[in-house]
Amino acid sequence: MAFKKKEKRGMPEMNTSSLPDLIFTILFFFMMVTTMREVTLKVKFTVPQGTELEKLMKKSVVSFIYVGPPTDNLRAQMGNSTRIQLNDRYAEAREVMDFIAAERQGMMNQAEQIISIKADQQTQMGYITDIKEVLRKSWALRINYSASRRN
Amino acid sequence: MAKTKKKMPGLNTTSTADISFMLLIFFLVTTSMDTDMGLTRHLPKPPDPDQEDATMDIKARNILYVRLNAAGQLWIQDEMNFGYGDIRELRPRVKEFVKNEQNLSRLPEKHVKNIDLLGQCFVTDKHVVSVQTDRGTPYNIYFQVQNELVAAYNELRNELSKEKFGREFQYLKDEEKAAIRQYYPQNISEAEPKKYGGDQ
Repeated sequence: MAFKKKEKRGMPEMNTSSLPDLIFTILFFFMMVTTMREVTLKVKFTVPQGTELEKLMKKSVVSFIYVGPPTDNLRAQMGNSTRIQLNDRYAEAREVMDFIAAERQGMMNQAEQIISIKADQQTQMGYITDIKEVLRKSWALRINYSASRRN
Repeated sequence: MAKTKKKMPGLNTTSTADISFMLLIFFLVTTSMDTDMGLTRHLPKPPDPDQEDATMDIKARNILYVRLNAAGQLWIQDEMNFGYGDIRELRPRVKEFVKNEQNLSRLPEKHVKNIDLLGQCFVTDKHVVSVQTDRGTPYNIYFQVQNELVAAYNELRNELSKEKFGREFQYLKDEEKAAIRQYYPQNISEAEPKKYGGDQ
């Protein structure tokens, strides 16, 4: 008996029962930070490049306005001219006011609202100017011209 | 006898880790960690309807016009010099204009201003950079102009904060930043200011 016991002794196996829990924790972290794009893009745009950019830190106070020509699969119906996209649909510049009001509804600190304009490089300034005029009227004064960093 | 000895076998959970790993990898791949970046600007307040004439009176020497036409050409104009220019000329022109180091009469007038931490300063806080665009101007050109304007101000602020505090602007404390901002306020106007004194 005594001999048999000695033979059995070896390196004990590591207890991996908590490994799934660890992985789940990391998984939940990533699920939290992942922001699934909630709108499907209906316009195509390449943002301009700049050097003096700032990061948009507080995602919860940012609303996006997309400006550009329709995407390839929508071009047949919608044509090739510049469109403004609010949420999931095309809109006119004057509709921005309602959009801003709706976006403000759920915001904790409405004064910090930032409007990020994601516009295509080739857009004519007329569209942007119209949007800016409406933004001014709706008191959404902090705006951000979305861009990528130029090296 | 045998029945009482039989125990419920434990569920084999070896593969749970693999399953959660797969989920984890899926989320890792789909997560877009790219932070949104852009040029932050502040729009002016909407015009007051009670006020019928909202135009400001600004002396000609205090305005630097930056105009963009439908073809995307850039026109820079201060009291003395005007003409079409390249985008690369814009930054030094704006810096010279805002700084007015030699207190020239063609550049913005300077005032004595008491600023916390900096003391009595001689600043050009009445200057205005007026950006005017055509409806046909390409957005990219406009953006590059805005970028250059912000770059000019940032360079000026950096120079000043290095001189006064020995650090770059972004590393300053909040009250130091406020002082520098008071010294070089960003006066970029996109409205049409009325001017008097001196002709175009």
